[in-house]
Amino acid sequence: MKLKWVLLSVMITISAVLTGCEPLMVLDPKGPQAARQASDIMMSIGIMSFIVIVVFSLLAFMLIKYRASKQSEDYEPPYIEGNIWVEAICVGIPILIVAFLSVVSVRSNYIVEATPEGYEHKEPLVIYASSSNWKWHFSYPEQGIETVNYLYIPTDRALEFKLYSHGPITSFWIPQLGGQKYAMADMVTTLHLAADEAGEYMGRNANFSGKGFAENIFEVTAMPEQEFEDWVEEVKDTASPITEAKFNELLEPGHLGRMTFTGTHLEFSPAPEHNHGAGNSSQDNEHHDEEEHSDHSGH
Amino acid sequence: MEFFQRFAIPHPSPAIYASMVAIVLTMIAIVVGVTYFKKWGYLWREWLTTVDHKRIGIMYLISALLMLFRGGADAIMMRAQLAAPENTLLDAQHYNEIFTTHGVVMIIFMAMPFIMALMNFVVPLQIGARDVAFPRLNALSFWLFFMGAMLFNISFVVGGSPDAGWTSYFPLAGNEFSTSVGTNYYMIAIQIAGIGTLITGINFLVTILKMRAPGMTLMRMPMFTWSALITNLIIVFAFPVLTIALLMGTMDRLFGTHFFTLDNGGMDMLWANLFWIWGHPEVYILILPAFGVYSEVISTFSRRNLYGYTSMVASMVVISLLSFTVWVHHFFTMGQGALTNSIFSITTMAIAVPTGVKIFNWLLTMWRGKIVVTTPMLYSLLFIPLFTIGGVTGVMLGMSAADYQYHNTMFLVAHFHMVIIPGVVFAMLAGLTYWWPKMFGFMLNEKLGKAAAWVIAAGTLLAFMPMFFTGLDGQARRMYTYSETAGYTTGNMISFVGAAILAIGFVIIVYNIYYSFRYAPRNIGSDPWDARSLEWATHSPVPDYNFAVTPQVESREAFWDAKKKGHVLFKEELKKIHMPNSSGVPFIMSALFFVFGFGFIFSIWPLVIISGIGIFACMAHRSFEKDDGFYIPVEEVKETEEKLGGAK
Repeated sequence: MKLKWVLLSVMITISAVLTGCEPLMVLDPKGPQAARQASDIMMSIGIMSFIVIVVFSLLAFMLIKYRASKQSEDYEPPYIEGNIWVEAICVGIPILIVAFLSVVSVRSNYIVEATPEGYEHKEPLVIYASSSNWKWHFSYPEQGIETVNYLYIPTDRALEFKLYSHGPITSFWIPQLGGQKYAMADMVTTLHLAADEAGEYMGRNANFSGKGFAENIFEVTAMPEQEFEDWVEEVKDTASPITEAKFNELLEPGHLGRMTFTGTHLEFSPAPEHNHGAGNSSQDNEHHDEEEHSDHSGH
Repeated sequence: MEFFQRFAIPHPSPAIYASMVAIVLTMIAIVVGVTYFKKWGYLWREWLTTVDHKRIGIMYLISALLMLFRGGADAIMMRAQLAAPENTLLDAQHYNEIFTTHGVVMIIFMAMPFIMALMNFVVPLQIGARDVAFPRLNALSFWLFFMGAMLFNISFVVGGSPDAGWTSYFPLAGNEFSTSVGTNYYMIAIQIAGIGTLITGINFLVTILKMRAPGMTLMRMPMFTWSALITNLIIVFAFPVLTIALLMGTMDRLFGTHFFTLDNGGMDMLWANLFWIWGHPEVYILILPAFGVYSEVISTFSRRNLYGYTSMVASMVVISLLSFTVWVHHFFTMGQGALTNSIFSITTMAIAVPTGVKIFNWLLTMWRGKIVVTTPMLYSLLFIPLFTIGGVTGVMLGMSAADYQYHNTMFLVAHFHMVIIPGVVFAMLAGLTYWWPKMFGFMLNEKLGKAAAWVIAAGTLLAFMPMFFTGLDGQARRMYTYSETAGYTTGNMISFVGAAILAIGFVIIVYNIYYSFRYAPRNIGSDPWDARSLEWATHSPVPDYNFAVTPQVESREAFWDAKKKGHVLFKEELKKIHMPNSSGVPFIMSALFFVFGFGFIFSIWPLVIISGIGIFACMAHRSFEKDDGFYIPVEEVKETEEKLGGAK
């Protein structure tokens, strides 16, 4: 019996230590989408803690009050079929909680699937992010440049990531800017993000994609728009153009460091666009055309 | 030589060579041991050919415990690898193989047979039947499962383990990215075991619907039997989807079709959809029987009837329906848009309502009860708070916009382990301890049992609570390593300690089985827990024919009311008892399935053809065989009853 209290106190200490650490990445948002998600998470933790406390206290009450050792030898527990009102409460309150959470959830869905709030005044910057084993290729069609394994983005402008994969399903994730979305080989998905603050953020593939998965990460640097323009100019002056041969070489399985090119691979190897998941809220699961995609035959 | 090269391990290591030697030595030891003690005849007559639901249940139980240790060893290796940053205990390929086999073994080959073990043993007894509806089919179910499990388990020493995750998403699992035979093992072994499960589903549906004792209406069935009924209903609807998905995957890998491939119009997300249309109901196939166990245990040890019986049944029916409407929540991030996600978000969170009803009903069963904390009850009492943590985090995951941040992270891993371990594993351990005396005629030691329960609960909390935090800090699941600067070190170290404590807990259980086998008293009577349902009305251990006389049921808690209100269960005179014959065909047919599967995995077509013919021959044999079973004469029944403590 003593062992049990030791274990309990160890557990409490550890959870206290863990929560005392520096802010967790997801709960330290640097963009409007991540902020919305973080506030949903904190709100749901609050409600769920209430439920947990109710259940724990009921359990403690039953255990303390109705232990056999607390009762007389000849106490015979009664037969209780159930009570319609008690059970109505047990159904009703969870329904109310779930209904409330559903409303929040649905509203958040439409918010994270649209251009971030407060950034509607400018055209979003479109970046194609495509994964290959085990790298990320970032194409900036507007600027006409391409990078590998690192991403420079302007603050004060919405970002529209067009995601697809040259191989297995991957998931594009920058926790501090917003949640992830899959990149797949036969369609392009759209992820809406924006960065409120300049800074460096971690980005990674979150979906298991084979041997090199753990190191399938990229660095994100957010900077004011002027700095971003300067960087684009610099790239255009210094980097060499990407060619089909060079790009096919990059697609070979393995890890690469940072790389920078002028031009984008989209010119000779276009993305498999079917207008899927393009942020329009309607059901967009119409059937795929059974067509060949040139970008798949590369390997 | 070329023929043999394909059986080599693509990615060997000393640990794998050591396992090979260990496996060969164990097999030699078993063969030598059985020969030395002259037990081949006993083994064949009493176990390999048995159609007795109790023995099949016990064989399921042994398999489940073995697989628990196989899957547990995988878990310990994973947690050890992640305990420190940049650890080199395992490389990426080994880590990938291990988390893949951990998932498959724990779900398909540990949790499923554990549930099958309890259902097989308990359900016919609870409904007062002599066996299941189709005893020989039941043996076939077990042997198919067993051969599937064995086939899957040889993968790591012959040809290489699957390494695409237990979800085995295409195109990663396709030929292009998984070149070894590992994923063939996944497709074929799960297929064989899955057919066994599907057959069980049909068998138990018929058993429960057609073979209940006179007077036991549906609404008088014990709650565990109700949960088994609903579970098998889900199995019958969900498993065909898995069968087809695995068939499509096999076709892609072996015969060049393009269901899930990158080119020629294949759709990778089709696999994900099919997998989870089976996979989510599968979660409820695991959890509902567990809920059934808790209902029995909590009611027995609160010395009270189950509160809200009707709403318990209703909530299970609602869960079974909802379980087929939520599969998209496993990939909210696939880009299907806000509307689709909203629908599946709501259906997902809705499941919390019937589940909550069950929690409150258990709490209210304790209300005004007389709670005795035995080992099974202790597991149930620990289950309620731990499962609540797992359950509410499930509701959080159900909020699709926030799920973009939880998906694929350790937060998710923490959630489903906090659901499955307290939900399923605790229930199975509770059920094991609870029905152990009925199975073997002696009780497990209470002191050791309670110690194990506490240690396992502590290990669970320590191992999985930190993952909620590292997940929110950006640690993705299935990463074989992380850098020191990532900040995941403390959390993962604690998880490792927790995993080690869990392992100690399971070792205590094994020791308890050994200790109790040696020292526990055998004169415990037929009702050591003062329980309430029919399985306790017959002797421990249970005679072949279960009940000498078919019981007649007048109320919901038949046995309790027989004890307290003087209902008479056994009214008839002893009669000769009709029993099914044993048969070696299920074992032989399943062994042929093993060869058939092995041939498929390595594309050895002559083997496939020969064993395929053998399988059809077994079925033909069954079709033309005349087997009317046999009768146990009245004198023999009388004799057995007197030996076991007097005919009732």
